[in-house]
Amino acid sequence: MCPFLPQGGGGTRILHVKYFQRRVFAIRPQERLPPANPLMLIYFTRRILQSVFTLLVISMILYGLISSVPGGFMSAYTERADFTPEDLARIRAKFGLDDPIPVRYAKWLVSMLQGDMGSSFTTKRPVMEEIADRLPNTLLLMGLMMVCTLLVAIPLGILSAVKQYTWFDHIATTAAFAGQSLPVFWFGLLLIIVFAVTLKGGDGRPLLPGSGMYTLGEPFSLWDRIRHLILPVSMLTFVSAAEYMRYLRSSMLDVIHEDYVRTARAKGLRENLVIYKHALRNAIIPLVTLIALDLPALFGGALFTETIFAWPGIGRLYFTAALKTDYPLVMAILMIESALIIGSSLLVDFLYATLDPRIRLS
Amino acid sequence: MAAISAPLPETKSAREQSLFLFFWLRFIKHRMALIGGTVTLLIVLLVVLAPLVSPHDPMTQDLLHRFQPPSAAHWMGTDDLGRDMFARVLYGGRISLSVGLFAMTIAILLGSTIGLVAGYYGGWVDSLLMRMTETFMSIPRLFVLIAMGMFLRTLDLPFLQAGSFLPISIVIGALSWMGTARLVRASTLELREREFVLATRALGGSDARILFRRIFPNIASPIIVSATLGLAGAIISESGLSYLGFGVQLPTPTWGNMLSNTQSQMTTAPWTAVFPGLMIFIIVIAINYLGDGLRDALDPRHAMKK
Repeated sequence: MCPFLPQGGGGTRILHVKYFQRRVFAIRPQERLPPANPLMLIYFTRRILQSVFTLLVISMILYGLISSVPGGFMSAYTERADFTPEDLARIRAKFGLDDPIPVRYAKWLVSMLQGDMGSSFTTKRPVMEEIADRLPNTLLLMGLMMVCTLLVAIPLGILSAVKQYTWFDHIATTAAFAGQSLPVFWFGLLLIIVFAVTLKGGDGRPLLPGSGMYTLGEPFSLWDRIRHLILPVSMLTFVSAAEYMRYLRSSMLDVIHEDYVRTARAKGLRENLVIYKHALRNAIIPLVTLIALDLPALFGGALFTETIFAWPGIGRLYFTAALKTDYPLVMAILMIESALIIGSSLLVDFLYATLDPRIRLS
Repeated sequence: MAAISAPLPETKSAREQSLFLFFWLRFIKHRMALIGGTVTLLIVLLVVLAPLVSPHDPMTQDLLHRFQPPSAAHWMGTDDLGRDMFARVLYGGRISLSVGLFAMTIAILLGSTIGLVAGYYGGWVDSLLMRMTETFMSIPRLFVLIAMGMFLRTLDLPFLQAGSFLPISIVIGALSWMGTARLVRASTLELREREFVLATRALGGSDARILFRRIFPNIASPIIVSATLGLAGAIISESGLSYLGFGVQLPTPTWGNMLSNTQSQMTTAPWTAVFPGLMIFIIVIAINYLGDGLRDALDPRHAMKK
């Protein structure tokens, strides 16, 4: 019982309730969750420590898995007749494959922590350089995809919720459902068949290029780069916009039927103001977390897209490294991606605690 | 209306039957789910009865009739070795659907056991299992699936036939149980404190009795829904992995690996790339609609939001 509320029975109880209600409405979210909330500090310190531990466990599991591939990397040498057993032993020693796995793991972890990810077995170049070479390509592809996805999904999601059960809503939700059920690589193949094989441009060449980042033998031009981006970006956008759109539609529908939206309408606000200022602000919170959870994909790229369209990004780098059992490269990409996933879920928790004042910390 | 005015059957399972009827009536209102269920059933039938449906053998090569476009003799044309595509799609479906079913079963068994145990016992068991779930969720799934595929390709087990679908199903199942575990744990936590569970415990019911007779029947519907959606996911995962060459190995056909070398044949024989993928798309969208309808029928709270 609050000490500053008027006490007593009977007649005062109504006043009591009214006073309490007014008080609740008067409290602004910021007052309930100040930025330097000690609970929040403790919570996030604990979460960060947990995350570091999780990453360590993941590194052990993945290292154990990758290094116990039988034959694996050495099979490229054992199959060659001109290699004597002494040669093979020398190669094993050179790559440090003779130590037991826990010892190799400890060595690997120490050099990882010092920022040295080793060298690729196949190209002999430092893993960092290999990744740095490919990273801009993946960031370009995925960044563009993210922008296009939001440009498509946000308006469609809002419209679909506002015009629920109209023909527009039915078409949009059906398309989104199809997009979520589509095997991405097959969709890519279809796009190539239609736009890079069947349809021809004015000069008799295929309408759009179906592979690579640039036309061989031609100087760099922005238009050429854009033409090469159209197919992979639209393939990625269709699939991920489907998910975002369905998400936003359902959270928009949740919010639209809330009391405060009805209040805003009852006050006589214009419909646009109700939707975009009152409803969307709350409906977009789940979408923001979804975007944060998708951030690791900016690095990991789209393996299928990059493989099908021969886009020289991280996903394709990983795929070829796995084919050649190139442990250092495979491990480095796996670990960076795991760290990003863990980081993004930390970010989501943080976003939720700051964006949604209703959240309670336990 | 007719269903409501009809007299209830006077058997002892009258209550159960009307409950089933209640779910059924809600389910058939969902038109797309009904279509999805029918299409799924049809494809399963076609695939199971493949020898009766297709006059051709999926493995017989006919090098004189390579890359035939679809015709009356070969409904989906022939591939690079002159094999009948329709037969391969049917027999490939057997593998693809088996992988999906098997992987889904593993994921659901693992997920519901872990979720039940974590939610029911709580304490350090719960924290340990949930940390484990979190760890598995933080693993980059596709990358690790590929790494596991690389591992399995070199693995040579005497009891496994070449092109067996068992290893790949186990790997997919072992990496897809986390969602179910979280779902089941949350429901178990809620049910654990309910009166009917407390009553069983007060009457001296064992943990096993409470878990399987009291809690499990009450979380069956979310499990059914996540199993349905998990089946669709597992089929997609298998096809993706096999497409990349890390799943079921050729010449055993699956919908995924039939697509894997079609990219070089695109200019001469585009149909080889169209049909296997179309089958994946149709069955996955059908199963997803089925799952959607089941969720609406079994979980009224979710249906109200739509």
